[in-house]
Amino acid sequence: MNTKKEVVAMLLAGGQGSRLYALTKDMAKPAVPFGGKYRLIDFPLSNCTNSGIDTVGVLTQYQPLVLNDYIGNGQPWDLDKMNGGVHVLPPYESNSGASWYEGTANAIYQNISFIERYDPEYVVVLGGDHIYKMDYSKMVDYHKAQKADLTIAVLDVPRSEASRMGIMICDDEMRVTDFVEKPAEPKSTLASMGIYVFTWSKLKKYLIENENANTGSKDFGKDIIPSMLQNGERLFAYTFEGYWKDVGTLDSLWDANMDLLAPAEQLNLYDKSWRIYSRHSNFPPQYIGANAEIENSMITEGSVINGKVDFSVIFGGVTIEEGAKVQYSVVMPGTVIKAGAVVEYAIVGEDCVIEQNAHVGRSPEEYEGEARENWGIAVTGHKITVSEGMQVAPKQILSESI
Amino acid sequence: MGINQNVLGLVFASIHDEVIFDLTKNRTMGSVPFGGRYRLIDFPLSNFVNSGISQVGVITKSNYGSLLDHVGSGREWDLARKKGGLHLLPPYAHTSSTVYHGKLDALGNIWSFVEHSSAEYVVLTDCNVVTNIDYRKAVEAHIESGADITAVYAKGYYDQVTGSSATIFGIGGDGFVNDVMINPPMTGSCNLGLDMYIMSKDFLRRIVKESMSRNRNSLRRDILLDRSSKYKILAYEHTGYYSKIDSLAGYFAANLELLDTEKRDALFAKNAPIFTKTKDEAPVHFGLASHIKNSMIADGCIIEGKVENCVLFRGVRIGKGSVIRDSIITQDTVIGERCSIRNVITDKNVVIADERQLTGSAGYPLFIGKGAEI
Repeated sequence: MNTKKEVVAMLLAGGQGSRLYALTKDMAKPAVPFGGKYRLIDFPLSNCTNSGIDTVGVLTQYQPLVLNDYIGNGQPWDLDKMNGGVHVLPPYESNSGASWYEGTANAIYQNISFIERYDPEYVVVLGGDHIYKMDYSKMVDYHKAQKADLTIAVLDVPRSEASRMGIMICDDEMRVTDFVEKPAEPKSTLASMGIYVFTWSKLKKYLIENENANTGSKDFGKDIIPSMLQNGERLFAYTFEGYWKDVGTLDSLWDANMDLLAPAEQLNLYDKSWRIYSRHSNFPPQYIGANAEIENSMITEGSVINGKVDFSVIFGGVTIEEGAKVQYSVVMPGTVIKAGAVVEYAIVGEDCVIEQNAHVGRSPEEYEGEARENWGIAVTGHKITVSEGMQVAPKQILSESI
Repeated sequence: MGINQNVLGLVFASIHDEVIFDLTKNRTMGSVPFGGRYRLIDFPLSNFVNSGISQVGVITKSNYGSLLDHVGSGREWDLARKKGGLHLLPPYAHTSSTVYHGKLDALGNIWSFVEHSSAEYVVLTDCNVVTNIDYRKAVEAHIESGADITAVYAKGYYDQVTGSSATIFGIGGDGFVNDVMINPPMTGSCNLGLDMYIMSKDFLRRIVKESMSRNRNSLRRDILLDRSSKYKILAYEHTGYYSKIDSLAGYFAANLELLDTEKRDALFAKNAPIFTKTKDEAPVHFGLASHIKNSMIADGCIIEGKVENCVLFRGVRIGKGSVIRDSIITQDTVIGERCSIRNVITDKNVVIADERQLTGSAGYPLFIGKGAEI
């Protein structure tokens, strides 16, 4: 059987996501719920399917149970294929020994044989923690037109943010001349989105060289890209326009959820030509009770709302009792918020119970002036109970029940 | 043998099409939309699967395009199987046969499918009853009783004016049926048949073969009503929540009943979920000026107006300033701004322009056909 694929995508899903703290205690970052009925990994997986890429390797390492279960056979993303489809690739033992994935480049290196099965011309390398809709096939076309060895997707960011990101310096033809991680004095505002298209023969060569050089980091940003630049390979930047958000921190995760409620919503989840797919839970439609009050919110199947919900994203199977109040918050699947409880400016994890009259988070209006430094969103991890009358302060991250 | 190999489930997807002809003009009874994100066939299919019955045949007659599209390979019900699984059985185009006239006729047409199944027992059901039922207990009761036929019934109410397509049983002290009536001239409480029957394959073969030789096509009229037959018919009571759809008003009421939390929880039991084809719709977006009371809303809707006592299906749009009350708005209906709508059923893909006023009554809801533009 001819198994050749022009493009294979490799999705780096092994990271712990330590800056999401309690939310990634028991699950890898790409499995974190987002936007009412998705998990972060739905975005790159759906983008692959919508871009016509049907062969995806998902590199897992940290707490893979939830993620493996979620991906399953890949059917929700149409990635259950006779030839190709989605493959979960944990580290494995071979006759030369077993080793964990040591860095992003090493993770791909350890799966060279997976990629070679499909004899691809190009390999797309993706992260699992970004929210965006992107047609990778256009980027691959650009890569071909530029006769590039590596194309890096970039976003033109405000100068103030550039010093927090990996910055590409390009000539007039968009050929990358330099790459600097988090520059103090950014010479450009083109930030890497962590999306790469490699010509496979080149990538393979550099992966093997990097492995043999044993740099210790074995990382795309630290090793592969600098070596390719040094050797005068053809590196190009591909400018992406549209909504893109790194959700690597609790604040950015909350922000990205709130972005879905913004009037000029840039990320259109209702566009039928570019659906974001996800695995379903067979919930009945949501029910909004006779005394509920709902304003500017996103709510999904299986939820029962009898309380007040304002500027919030409510996931599947959530119960909000009469007399409870939820505002400017993200409430993940299966959570119950009981009568009299208040949840504001907070992220509440999966399957939590917020008991009667408990109070999670506070409004920033209560923290004017200097006190503002003490304000931030409150977070509870998964399967946590906040007992009756208990408080979770702003900026507090709860990883045990109270 | 476990129930999954010993029982065959057969669904009649096209029986009762006439009772809600507005909704079945272009589709079978089985593919009539219900409850925000379901089609009527989802209930019998999920009931079979949740009862461990994994060999299922779906018998259709005509207009089954939307049914084929919905059911597909049966994957959403976990019925895409190598052993057993789902089989769609459109009327066979024997050179000698025509489209069937009754259930027995239909079974005769597809008999080789039933014969080749490993099952010893057969559960027959239609798509007109919305309920969550465990067939395991019913099959056990059938086997224990030694009955020829077990008919599932529930305590119900029959109105000779509005009711249609009803089978009503008289039941003796021994639990066996001693009287059968179809659409009797009476109104009141009764033992209402739910059009679900259990038989052994051997018994079913006998009555199907007889029907073919004597042109007795109707299971109800030619078998159940035939007093001379002396068949032993066990009455099995289903005590859970159900609604039987026998008219457009009944369809309307059955949907709105789901706003009752107790009934909704009984129908969508956590340990026996109702499965359906997924559409990958985004969550519902409630806009700044939206106002929602006592409604059931499926994903993919964008609501800017006021909604009270409604069931909204997937992908519905409701514009600013519109007020929708006591209505069933099915898939992908788009309602403009400043509309006023009450006691209305819209079929799929209806478009209602700005400032339209549409009003029906609870007993006679206003029906707006598929794809209409108003």
